[in-house]
Parts: sequence; C-alpha cells; structure tokens
Amino acid sequence: MKFEVDERGYYGQFGGAYIPEMLYPNIEQLRDNYLKIIYEPEFQAEFNDLLKNYVGRPTPLYLAKRLSEKYRATIYLKREDLCHTGAHKINNTIGQILVAKRLGKKKIIAETGAGQHGVATATVCALMGMECIVYMGKLDMDRQRPNVERMRILGTKVVPALSGNMTLKDATNEAMRHWINHPTDTHYIIGSVVGPHPYPDMVARFQSVISEEIKKQLQEEIGNPYPDYVFACVGGGSNAAGAFYHFLNDEHVQLIGVEAAGKGVDSGESAATTALGKPGVLHGSKTLLMQTEDGQVVEPYSISAGLDYPGIGPLHAHLFDVGRVQFVSATDDEAMNAGIELSRLEGIIPAIETAHAIAALDKIELSAEDVVVINLSGRGDKDLETYIRWGKY
Amino acid sequence: MKNRITELFAAKKKDILSVFYTAGFPIQNDTAAIAVQLEAAGVDMIEIGIPFSDPIADGPTIQESNKIALDQGMNVGLLLNQIRELRPQIKMPIVLMGYLNPVMQYGIEKFCKEASQAGVDGLILPDLPLDEYVKHYKELTDSLNLSISFLISPTTSEARIRQIDSLSTGFIYAVSSSSTTGAKSEFSAEQQLYFKKLQAMHLKHPFLIGFGISNHTTYAQACEQGAGAIVGSSFITCLKNSKDLKTDIHQFVKSLKG
Repeated sequence: MKFEVDERGYYGQFGGAYIPEMLYPNIEQLRDNYLKIIYEPEFQAEFNDLLKNYVGRPTPLYLAKRLSEKYRATIYLKREDLCHTGAHKINNTIGQILVAKRLGKKKIIAETGAGQHGVATATVCALMGMECIVYMGKLDMDRQRPNVERMRILGTKVVPALSGNMTLKDATNEAMRHWINHPTDTHYIIGSVVGPHPYPDMVARFQSVISEEIKKQLQEEIGNPYPDYVFACVGGGSNAAGAFYHFLNDEHVQLIGVEAAGKGVDSGESAATTALGKPGVLHGSKTLLMQTEDGQVVEPYSISAGLDYPGIGPLHAHLFDVGRVQFVSATDDEAMNAGIELSRLEGIIPAIETAHAIAALDKIELSAEDVVVINLSGRGDKDLETYIRWGKY
Repeated sequence: MKNRITELFAAKKKDILSVFYTAGFPIQNDTAAIAVQLEAAGVDMIEIGIPFSDPIADGPTIQESNKIALDQGMNVGLLLNQIRELRPQIKMPIVLMGYLNPVMQYGIEKFCKEASQAGVDGLILPDLPLDEYVKHYKELTDSLNLSISFLISPTTSEARIRQIDSLSTGFIYAVSSSSTTGAKSEFSAEQQLYFKKLQAMHLKHPFLIGFGISNHTTYAQACEQGAGAIVGSSFITCLKNSKDLKTDIHQFVKSLKG
C-alpha cells in the first residue's frame, strides 16, 4: 500500500518515534510485536467477536434521504455513533487492550479530552478486569462532568492534569510521564493516530474496520464499493484514518478531512492544524503542529473538546502534504448549525466533532450523481450542555 | 580542536558534579550569573535547559521552571546570546539540554553551528532518536566538535547501552531510575545494582548519574558508582527559593559535596 508506514515508522517526512530513552523499551516491545499479535488468528477471532457482539458492528451505512435532497447528492452516514459507548473510539480500545494482555501488561493508562476515549478505555478495562487510570485536563473535567462520572462508575481512576492549560495536550503529557514512571507493567492506550511509531499505524489499523465495512455495504447498496467522496472530521484523526484507510489507494475516491476552525482560521482561536501548523515534534512524532516561531506548542481552540489538539496524526500530515486528502475547516457556528440541521432532517443529534464533517457539505461542490459517505463518528449526548449553551435551535 | 568535556573527563575520573538549570529562570537574565557562581562554588560542568512548553520527561519542579522561563520570553536566540556573554567568564564545559522542537524550529544546523561558536561543548537532546542522529546530524556535530550525550535508563538493554556508548561522545547520561526528573532522598538496592552493572560493562565513555540526586547521600552514592552526578530539580528548587543567588548557590553546592 502506497500510504503505508515505512519500516522506520514514517509516512513521507512525518512520523518516527521521538521519545526519551526511558520510553524506548516499551515502544520497542510494541513495535516489534504489534503486527505479529494483531494478525494472529486467535487475536482476530477475539477482536472480531467483541466488535460484533459487544460493540455492535457492523454499524449501519444509512442513506440519509432528506440530507441527500437538501444537498442534491446521495449521502450515506456511517453510523459509528451507534457503537457501544457512542463513538468509534471503542474500535481502538478493544484492539489495544487485547494487545496489552498479550504483552503481559497488568495496568492501563490513557489520556482523554472530551472524555470519549477515556470512557471507551474505562469500558474495555472493566470488561477485561484491568486496572485503569485516565488522565484528563482539569478544565476538561469541569466541562465534561458526565463523562468523568461514567469513567468512575466503570471503576476507572480519573486523574486531573494540572499542568499547562489543563486540556488534552496536558493530559497526554501526564499520561506519558506516568508511563515513564511505570514502564514495565503498564500499557498506554493512546486514543488517536498520534504518538510515536507504531501507535499511528496500530490505531489506524484498528479503526480501518470503518472503511472496510463501508466498501462492503456500498457494494451491497449500489453495486460498487467506491463512493465519490468520504468526509470525516479530524482532531488527531482516528475516525478519519479509519474511514479513509481502505480508500487511500483508490485515488478516484475524494477524501475530505474537516478540521475545527474555531472562531475562524485567522482569529487566533482555532484548531485548524493543516492551515496553521508547521512540521514539528510533539508527543513522540514529527507532524504538523500549531506552534510559535520559537517552537513552543500553541493551545488550540474549538467548541468541540475532541478537536482541540494542536497537531494531527503523521499519516494525515503526509496525506495533506502529498495532496491525497483535501483538508477544509468548519467554524464553531458552522458546525453547530450543521449539528442542528442533521438533528432536524434525520433525527440524529451528532457529536459536535462529527458536526464539523456535516458542515463541510456546504464547502464542497457536489453534483447530483455523487455518492458521499460521511463518517458519523459519534453521538451528541455528551454535548447536550454545549448545544444548550449555544442555544440557537 | 579541544573539547572541554573531553578534557574534563581526561583530567578528573571521579566526583564530577554537573548541575542542570533552566535557561532564563528564575529571571531571564540570570543564566550567566548562575553559571559563574556555580563554577566559583566548585562545580565541574553545567547543563543549561532550553525551556519547552511540553517537557514530558520532567517532573513538576522542572516543568514549572520551564513555564516561568517561557512566560518571561526565553527562547533559543536569547540563550545563545547569554552564552556568548558567559563563555569568557567561566572555564568549565557548557552543555545545552532540551527537547527537540524548539531546536528544530531554530534550525538544527544553524543551532549547532551557533552553539559551537558561542562556546557550547555538548548537547543532550533526549527526544532525538538515535537513528535520526546518525543519519542526519552526527557528521555535523562531529565536524563542530560538539559532544553528544544520550540517556540510558535501568530498562535500557545491554545491547542498546553498547550502541549508545559507541555513538556518544563525551559522557553517557545514566538516568537513575525509570522516572521523570525529580528529587529522591536515597537510591534503592535495585538502583545500586544497576549502577554496578554499568560499571562492570567497562564502557568506552564515562557515565554520570542523574535524576533523583538531591542531597549528599545520593550525590556520594552516584560518585561512588559512576564518574559523578548530575543535579537538576533540587537546584531549581534552590534557585526558586533564593533571595541571594551567590550565598544560596555556594551553600547548595557545599551541602551536596558534604
């Protein structure tokens, strides 16, 4: 595959494993074993069984008739919001906890922003009877109270990250520090296609079930596995990586990544990394990064707590670099309006992250024959408070 | 071309004391004054940290010093200016230590050249991968006579320690435990075993023990097992609480050496 990670862990100029030596043995162990482990028949059987009977896969590919009418194209929604725990995040946490068990790890740590990945991690830890600590920025804990309590109900210890601006980036820093301090018995379940190699590749593989199903389902629906477009929102980029994965080499399928413009790309309050970032190193990989001229990482902003990450996964940085994925961005207002519109037209309240992908329908010129798949990465229950505060419905 | 680090380790085999502090902390212009006092107090080498917004290998003390330095506007260009000013005032080696991203944005080649011209003797870039270093930067640092030190930890395999030994120049930075930076009151029996294992490996390069050295006990243990010790967090705490840099720095070094 043309866009596959190379043997050194790079996608073009992006990727690698930029980690302090204290983490090297962990990363080396994972790097040397992850492919062997995840392609064992026994692993595949357990993984697929859990995806089917626990997560609820395959998720439907739903023809959104009223949305299609409005945008004059054939629009399908890939219903990742119907996964157990309400988002695609669990595809990855199921995969990683099975890897962790096979590596002999006893404890799990994770970072979370909005709390979706934290909940998905807490869920699989409860399922497997493993001890779990989730780091979450203090500010995010205050903003996402229900998800904090969901994790606690599931038996996870939620530790506030008190450093920096106390959001996702800082939670990731704290999780990495924890891993440095507990290198032998602990596995770190990273929630997106970020971090040192092999994480971006491993997470993309676990999420690739999304595009694998889209292909099959489209074949059944329209007799052709290829849509004209796939839309997905991009924070770190895990749902987009999963939705794009099996289409990357089919260059006639146009892939659209939608970033959070916040209050506008040039407003100073944005999370549109491809528009605002430069190559840099954060959290173990070289990627596009929002930063000052001095190389200090900038705190991004978006109304959606799941998209306010200052980087994107190295795979996405590469796909942007070579032009395989077209990146657009949607502002807070555009996303919120799109969220309300989907609620009214299809009876589906999307997560605000996902609403950014819907908002891109206005930004891409579609023709009547086009078949569009939008990855509906998560449901909006967790965002009710934000919808209510926004209020324009 | 002489390198002060190589000269130091050639002249002094034991009890080397290297002190780490964050550039631009507690006050932006203190970088040089602190170094001068450290040398006067009998310190052998200094490691000056380049502040970064996301120091993942550091505990709370150094994190805070990074944040304060950045809030006051510290950056790589300013630091190089401070070193140009400092170099004629001290004889001991100067090592710059920092996360890769600020250096990368300054331009790695430009940074190495200017650092070398300013009188820097060595670099420690903990998140620069070994293979990247070999592929892209070794030739450059060798040509500039800049020493490069890599970290090893108790979980580093013997094969990798050998590889690091063969690629290092100057000294090896032996992290005392699997941990982020920060003070500890003594070393465990397990840590002592690790130091003994390192000693028994008869590496080409001397190793200094760092992370967790905060008092005379840990300093003496490090000196017994390795070529000496690196002290960071506890010195940052000393600086943070200091009302009179000169007195407090001399007192700090004296209490360490015992």
